[in-house]
Amino acid sequence: MNQVIGNLNGIDFTLGETLLELSYLLAALLFVYGLKLLSHPETARKGNFYAAGGMVLAMVTTLFLHKNTDGQTIPVTNVWIILAALGVGTVVGWIMALRIKMTAMPQMVSFYNATGGIASALVSLLEFPNADMGNTGSVLVTLLGLIIGSVAFSGSMIAYGKLDGKVGDIFSGFMKYLNMFLLLVVTALTIFIIVSGQTPDQLSWAVYLLFVVSLVYGVMFVMPIGGADMPVVISLLNSFTGIAAAMAGFIYNNQAMILGGILVGAAGTILTILMCNAMNRSLLNVIVGAFGGGGSTATAGEQGEMKEISLSDAAILLSYSKSVVVVPGYGLAVAQAQHVCREIDVLLDGKGVNVRYAIHPVAGRMPGHMNVLLAEADVPYNQLVEMESINPDMPNTDVVLVIGANDVVNPAAITDPGSPIAGMPIIRAHEAKNIIVMKRGRGKGYAGIENNLFFDPKTRLLFGNAKDTLQKLVSEIKSL
Amino acid sequence: MEQLLVYFFTYKEAIFIIALSVFLGIEVIAHVPSVLHTPLMSGANAISGVIIIGGIILVGHADATRLSGELIIGILAIVFATLNVAGGFVVTDRMLEMFKKKKK
Repeated sequence: MNQVIGNLNGIDFTLGETLLELSYLLAALLFVYGLKLLSHPETARKGNFYAAGGMVLAMVTTLFLHKNTDGQTIPVTNVWIILAALGVGTVVGWIMALRIKMTAMPQMVSFYNATGGIASALVSLLEFPNADMGNTGSVLVTLLGLIIGSVAFSGSMIAYGKLDGKVGDIFSGFMKYLNMFLLLVVTALTIFIIVSGQTPDQLSWAVYLLFVVSLVYGVMFVMPIGGADMPVVISLLNSFTGIAAAMAGFIYNNQAMILGGILVGAAGTILTILMCNAMNRSLLNVIVGAFGGGGSTATAGEQGEMKEISLSDAAILLSYSKSVVVVPGYGLAVAQAQHVCREIDVLLDGKGVNVRYAIHPVAGRMPGHMNVLLAEADVPYNQLVEMESINPDMPNTDVVLVIGANDVVNPAAITDPGSPIAGMPIIRAHEAKNIIVMKRGRGKGYAGIENNLFFDPKTRLLFGNAKDTLQKLVSEIKSL
Repeated sequence: MEQLLVYFFTYKEAIFIIALSVFLGIEVIAHVPSVLHTPLMSGANAISGVIIIGGIILVGHADATRLSGELIIGILAIVFATLNVAGGFVVTDRMLEMFKKKKK
């Protein structure tokens, strides 16, 4: 492996170095190809496997072939330490991944994102003393790796806490200014470290301060963001972790890290934009402010009464329909009602009813949340229909069953230009022949806007916990 | 202006990689169906654990004869990154396994 096989610009390179770079190229290709396969349902599992293979390859070759500037490979003692650390991380991560309930998936993804972020931050922190202070680019990427990694870590931990119900939403007007102030401090510290001309040793206080302020910023940045905006935040933090890893990649001039990180950063950004578009809001709007209730008064005059429906009537209505569309929302996830929901679907299917699910892109708390939830309940994915495809079918739908969803079916998005959600693409449940809405109470949705759908003459409501109501509905349908 | 050009030339290879990776990342997932949003995010999340290479290089060339703060932080970085990688890929696989079930 130490055999010199060539010479580039006056520097000899060995077989080992060449093989290492070659393995990085292969790993990078596996990441790209894996991600490509991951975006099609039939090939997704293979794609995940390829990407994992690329990662293992890069890890093994780095461990045995990497050389420092003195040409030393990693000593045996260090190899053992690294293997032990890898072992601990793998076993713990694997067990957690196998044990986690599917309903807790948003938390889990946030948690893993946090661990990736802190790893990038720690690596950048440790590499700072080795930075070449005269080289602005090198110092900047180290600091950016530290900042972005820290924000991704603390932000993801807060998101984890919120999704797990351990942390509430805290929002007050001053937080906007506090966050601007924190960002200003981060920027000022970064500029100071770069231009101060001091040695890394002299600057270590500033770097640790930067680390702490970035952590605080991550907390403050996610804290005021409400549950319904979580899909945007999670995919944004995901892209942060990728960018942080890419920054660390620059420190080591490691192309696999740079490519992998940027790839994730770009993919995460696209997903974030998709989520924002699905709510017709800008990213800035999501980050800076919660919904205002300004437009709600405009529609107040038009409301009629909410009309309830009895369980037996609902059962009959559903059983004698040709076409039923279920619109699931976060309420379904909270009540963990996906399995009962599937039961109804199977029962109705047995009666010759065509049952489909209409999935809004931002229903739930993470991108694609409803899909995971329903897949866990064995709903085949070809029964899950995206918003754009199901909307033209709505006028021919006999019954729309809205379970724990609110804003994504609010017709005010189309009819009321003054509404805070005006222009947000919605599932056009109001165009169906009948609408049954399952709701916990008479309150408003997350956005705090009245939903005219609930007062529509075609709409009937079933109040209560989604799981209980669905269970009762199952026995009603069975007894028909 | 000249400084910017100098900066570009110094880091031209990195800038090429960034520009092309951004384009690649966008193209590769541009038309992903919403069914796959979660697994894609979770799989991409696992790829961002590529920072583990940095951790291995860091600890690999650290002085392991004594237990310094740097060594401990480095080991922690590897453990965290491995959690991200192993957990991320396994969780993604579990999700995708569910998606595979078809109607009987």
